Amino acid sequence: MESSYETALELDLPRAMLERATSAGEWNLILPVVIALMAGALLAMIRHSRGSQVGFSVLAVLAIIAVELDLFFQVLELGPVAMTMGNWLPPFGISFVADTMSVSFALAASLVTLVVLIYFQAEIVPREVRHGFYPLVLLLLAGVTGAFLTGDLFNLYVWFEVMLIASFGLLIIGGRKMQLDAAIKYGFLNFLATTFFLVGLGYMYGLIGTLNMADIALVAGQADPAPMTAVAALFLLAFGMKAAAFPVNAWLPASYHTPDAAVSALFGGLLTKVGVYALLRIMVALMPASRELFDPLLTGIAVLTLILAPMGAIAQTNLRRAIGFLVIGGIGAVFAGISVPNVLGIAGAVFYAFHSMLTMSAFYLVAGLVERVTQATDTRHMGGVYAANSLISILFIVLVFAAAGLPPFLGFWPKMLIVEATISQQDWILMSAVLINSLLTSIAGSRLWAHIFWRPGRDGANSEVPNDHLRELNSTEKRMALSAVCVLVGFIVILGLLPNLLFNAANFSAMDLLNPQSYITSTGIETGTSLTGETQ
Amino acid sequence: MKTLIFRTIAPTLTAIMVVFSIFVLLRGHNEPGGGFIGGLIAASAIAIYGIAVGVSEVRKALLVDPISMAGFGVFIAALSGLLSLGQSVPYLTGLWGYISIGATKITISTPMVFDIGVYFAVVGTISAVALALEEGEADK
Repeated sequence: MESSYETALELDLPRAMLERATSAGEWNLILPVVIALMAGALLAMIRHSRGSQVGFSVLAVLAIIAVELDLFFQVLELGPVAMTMGNWLPPFGISFVADTMSVSFALAASLVTLVVLIYFQAEIVPREVRHGFYPLVLLLLAGVTGAFLTGDLFNLYVWFEVMLIASFGLLIIGGRKMQLDAAIKYGFLNFLATTFFLVGLGYMYGLIGTLNMADIALVAGQADPAPMTAVAALFLLAFGMKAAAFPVNAWLPASYHTPDAAVSALFGGLLTKVGVYALLRIMVALMPASRELFDPLLTGIAVLTLILAPMGAIAQTNLRRAIGFLVIGGIGAVFAGISVPNVLGIAGAVFYAFHSMLTMSAFYLVAGLVERVTQATDTRHMGGVYAANSLISILFIVLVFAAAGLPPFLGFWPKMLIVEATISQQDWILMSAVLINSLLTSIAGSRLWAHIFWRPGRDGANSEVPNDHLRELNSTEKRMALSAVCVLVGFIVILGLLPNLLFNAANFSAMDLLNPQSYITSTGIETGTSLTGETQ
Repeated sequence: MKTLIFRTIAPTLTAIMVVFSIFVLLRGHNEPGGGFIGGLIAASAIAIYGIAVGVSEVRKALLVDPISMAGFGVFIAALSGLLSLGQSVPYLTGLWGYISIGATKITISTPMVFDIGVYFAVVGTISAVALALEEGEADK
C-alpha cells in the first residue's frame, strides 16, 4: 500500500505540486491569520487566569499589525502576493492572496481590534472574561482577516463561519435577555445568508469546476451566462444580507446595540465590511459580466440604502440603534461605488469601506462613553453632557462629520470619489442620493448631538433643568477607554488631513479589482481550469 | 442515571470507546478514520460516562476543562502548519518522517499532528456541549 502511495506521489508531482522554493519572508501573508488563530486557541486554554489574558491578546494583535504593515508596504510596492497552502499548485491547494484592498482592510480590522481591547479594560466584566471574551475577539479577528486574505471562495465561506461563531459568542456573552433576543435575529438571518452563499458555491463549482478566485476570474466569462447570473444573484443576496444593505438590513439595528459598547464597535467596524469586501471581490473582480447585468438593481439598492438608512437614524431614540442605521448608510455609499464600474467608483467604494471600519467603531466606542456618563441608552434620557465632559462632545461631533462626509474629515474623500464617478457616468439620481445621504446623516448626527450634549437637561418638561443623572468618568475609564477613543479619532482626523496614502491604496485596489490580471498572475495560474475541471 | 446495569457497564464502555477513538484517529491518513470521526467517538464516550456517573465526576476525571482541550487542539493544528516554516515550502505542507523499530516502519508526519489537533478540538467542543446539556438536565 505504501509503495503505491509513493508512486502516486511521483506521478502527481510535476503537475500538482509547486516546485519553486518558498522563502520565509513570504510567510507574512499567512502569519496574521495563524497568529490570531493560535493566540485565540491559547487564550481559550488560559481563560481562567484573568491577569495574563489582556497582555497576551494585546501583544498578539500588535504582532499581527506589525506583520500586516510589512505586507501592506510590500503589496503597495510590488503588487499582489500569493501563497498556496500545502505546496500544491492552485487551484488544487487553497490560495491566500493579498492585494492592496485585502491587506488594507485587514490592517484596519486589527487596528480596530487593538483599540477595542484597550477600551474593554474600562468596562471589564469578570463573568465575560471567564466565558472567553479574549479568545472570542481573537477568533473573530482570525475569521475577518482570513476572509480578507483568502483567495478561495470555499475558504471564504469557512472564514465566514469562524467569524459567525465568534460573533455569536460575543453577542450573548453578557447573558442579558435583550442579547439573547438579538442573537436569535442576528443568528437566523446570518445563517440564512451563509446558506445562500453555500448554495451559490455549489452551483458555481458545478458550473465551472473551480472555486479558486483567480481561476474563476479566468474562466467565468466562458461559462454559460444564464446559470452564472443565478449564482451571482445568490451571492448578491448573501453578501447584501451580510453587509446589511436595504431591504435585508433589519438584523443590524436589532442586534448591534445589545452587547457592550466594545463588542458593538467590533461588530460595527468589522462584520458588515466583510460582506462588502466579498461583494467587491466577487461582483467586480470575478463576475464582471453578471455585475453589469445587475447594474440597475445595484443602483436601486444603493439609492434606497443611502436615503432610508439615515432616515432610520433620525427616527431612532436609542443612541446605538441610531448609529446602527448610520453603519447601514455607509453600506449604501459602498453600493453606489460598486454600481459605477470605473476606477473612481470602485476606489471610492474601497476607500469608503476602509473609512467606515475606523469611523463606525469609534462611533460605537464614543456612544459607550456617552452611555456611561449619562447612565442611559436612550437619547431622551440624556442631556447636558457638553457641560459635564466637553472632550466627548468634540469626539462625537468629529465622528458625525466624518460619517456624513464633510471636509476635511476622512469620510469626505471617498464620498468625493463616488460623486465624481457618478458625474462621469452622468448618473444624476445616484449622485443626488449620495449627497442627500450626507445631508440626512449630518441631520441625524447633529440631532443626536443636540439632544445628548447641547440640551441642558433630559427630555420633556425637564429639558431646561440640568441633568442630575450624569456621573464623572472614573480614572480607569479615562485612562483606558477615553484615551483609546482619542487615539482612534485622532488617527481618523490625521488620515483625513493627509489622505494621499489612502488615495493611492484605493486607486491600486480599484485597478486590481477592475483588471485582475496581476492578482491572477501572483497565484501562479496561467491558463485556468477548463470548464470540465481538467487543466489545459 | 440510576440503572445498576448501565452504571456498571459505562466505565468499561467508555474506556473501550476512547481506545477505539485513538485507533480510528491514527489510521486516518490513508484509511477511513481521522481526527474528526475519532474525536466524535471519544466525545460520545465522555457523554455516556456523564450520563452514567454525573457531570461533576466527568469533569474531575477529565482533569482539564473541555474548552481548554478544544483550544489546545486548534493550537497544535495551527502549529503543525508552522513546522514547514524552515523548509522553504508554504504553510501546511505535509512533512514526513520514518522511524524503523525492528521490522516495523512507523510514519510520523505533520498531517498526523494536524489530525491530532482536530481530534482534541472535536473532543473538547462536543464534550463541552454535551456536558453542559447534561448539567442542565440534572438541575431540573
